[in-house]
Order: sequence, then C-alpha cells, then structure tokens
Amino acid sequence: MSSIAQHSTSGTVTFEPLLFFFLAAMAVTTAVMMVVHRNPVVSAISLIGNFFCLAGFYLLLRAQLLAVLQIAVYAGAIMVLVVFVIMLLNLGEEQSPAFRLGFRTVIGTGLAIGFVLEMLYLFVLTPFTEPLRRDIQAGAGVGTVEAMGAALFSRYLFPLELTGMLLLAAVIGAVILAKKRLT
Amino acid sequence: MSVPLPYFLSLSAVLFTIGVIGVLIRRNVIVVFMCIELMLNAVNLTLIAFSSALGDINGQALVFFVMAVAAAEAAVGLAIVIALFRNKQTVNIDDMNILKW
Repeated sequence: MSSIAQHSTSGTVTFEPLLFFFLAAMAVTTAVMMVVHRNPVVSAISLIGNFFCLAGFYLLLRAQLLAVLQIAVYAGAIMVLVVFVIMLLNLGEEQSPAFRLGFRTVIGTGLAIGFVLEMLYLFVLTPFTEPLRRDIQAGAGVGTVEAMGAALFSRYLFPLELTGMLLLAAVIGAVILAKKRLT
Repeated sequence: MSVPLPYFLSLSAVLFTIGVIGVLIRRNVIVVFMCIELMLNAVNLTLIAFSSALGDINGQALVFFVMAVAAAEAAVGLAIVIALFRNKQTVNIDDMNILKW
C-alpha cells in the first residue's frame, strides 16, 4: 500500500487528470451528438468516437485487455454491423420530426435529468468508505491479459463456455430472423 | 495524483442518462439501439472504475461477459430490425406497434 501511494504521487502520472477531462469532454460531446443528430450515419460515427474515448478511460483505469476489446469488439465488430445495416436499409436524414416530444417523453426526460443531478450530488458529497477512497492506482496489474486470462479460465470457466453457446445461438437466431422467408 | 473514483462514476452517470434520453426521444429504431449500447458502455465504465479502485478483477470479468452479451444482442437486434423493415418498410419506432395491446 505504501509503495502504491508513493508511486501515485510521483511525477509520472501528472497528466492523468488532464487526459481524463479531455476524454470526458470528448465522450459527452460525441454522446450528445449521437442523440441529437438527424442522420443515423453521423450518429453511428459519433458513437464510434465515444467508444474510443471509453477505451481511453479503460487505459487510465489500467484495464488494458478491456481497452483493446472495447476497440476490437465495440468499435470494430458491433459498430461495423450497425453501419452495415444503416447502409443496407438506405436510411437518409429523417424527414418526419426525428424527436418525439409528447407529454410522457418530456416527463421521462425530466425524471432522467433529475436522477443524474441527484447522482452527481451524491457522488460529490458522499464521503466514500476507506477502500473506495484509495487511489485508482491500487488496481494496477489487475487488468492485464495474464490476470484476466487466469480469472476467465479458472473461476469463470463455466460462464465463459456458456458465453460461447450464447454467441452460437445468437448467430443462428440472427440468420433465421433475417432470412427472406421462413419455410 | 491520479483521478479519483467519483469522477469516473459521475461521467458514467452522465453518459447513461444521455443514453436514456436518447431512447426516450428518438424515433429511429437503429439510433435507439445505439443509445442502448451507450448505456451498456456507461455501466461497463462504472464496473471497471470500481474494479480498479478495489484492485478486484471480478468487475472486469463481468465487463468481459457484458461485452459478449452486447455482441449477441447486436446480432439479434439488427436481424429483427432487418426483418421488420422487410415487412413494414419503416424504421420509425411509432409505426412498430403490432405487439402492443
């Protein structure tokens, strides 16, 4: 613990808050752009940018394997699929109003904003208990490929195999759902 | 000094709420789908932040499985969108109400 504290006060990590605020501004901007832009292709590109920012956060949090997976799985596989479907359906800008502003929508949005304000208030004011007040640095070495592999192939072996089955079922289901005619 | 945990939690809450608002106000079903992905990612960020703060690998293992489920969800969800578009020629969420009572 003492060596960890020493390391975190050394000069090598001074840029982290700067990097955090830069990435946070980027992440919020891209997320808002995704929600408000009328063209779904622009929304998809913004979301890809958001995923890259999140990968940056994962690196800040020393989760190296998940940062790589975030780019490979989310920005790579899933978003390529989404962009592919947008192109396939030939969706342009929406002519009809892109936003629903009914009574219930306004109430829901108001509740969501109130909820996030409450959460921010709590995060700022609540004194966290001891283990959570430590530096993020305490988790160094947890997210390496070696540590993740050891956990996934010992304690989480059964869920890992189930995940394989889930992906197989999803692939078969997707093929059947998107097929032209069920016979 | 490094970044304190509440910053990550606050950012995650903000991203999640942006996703919620997107699901509420957008009409394009693909954009709604992307907002759901954004919400999943916000939760992943919370899990990794806690995992790093506690030095505990279980949170990151959970994120791994969330990613796998998100991939499966993307495949099936987009297949449903394609099937719906083939039948109704629309991606407007207000026109998709055949399962509504």
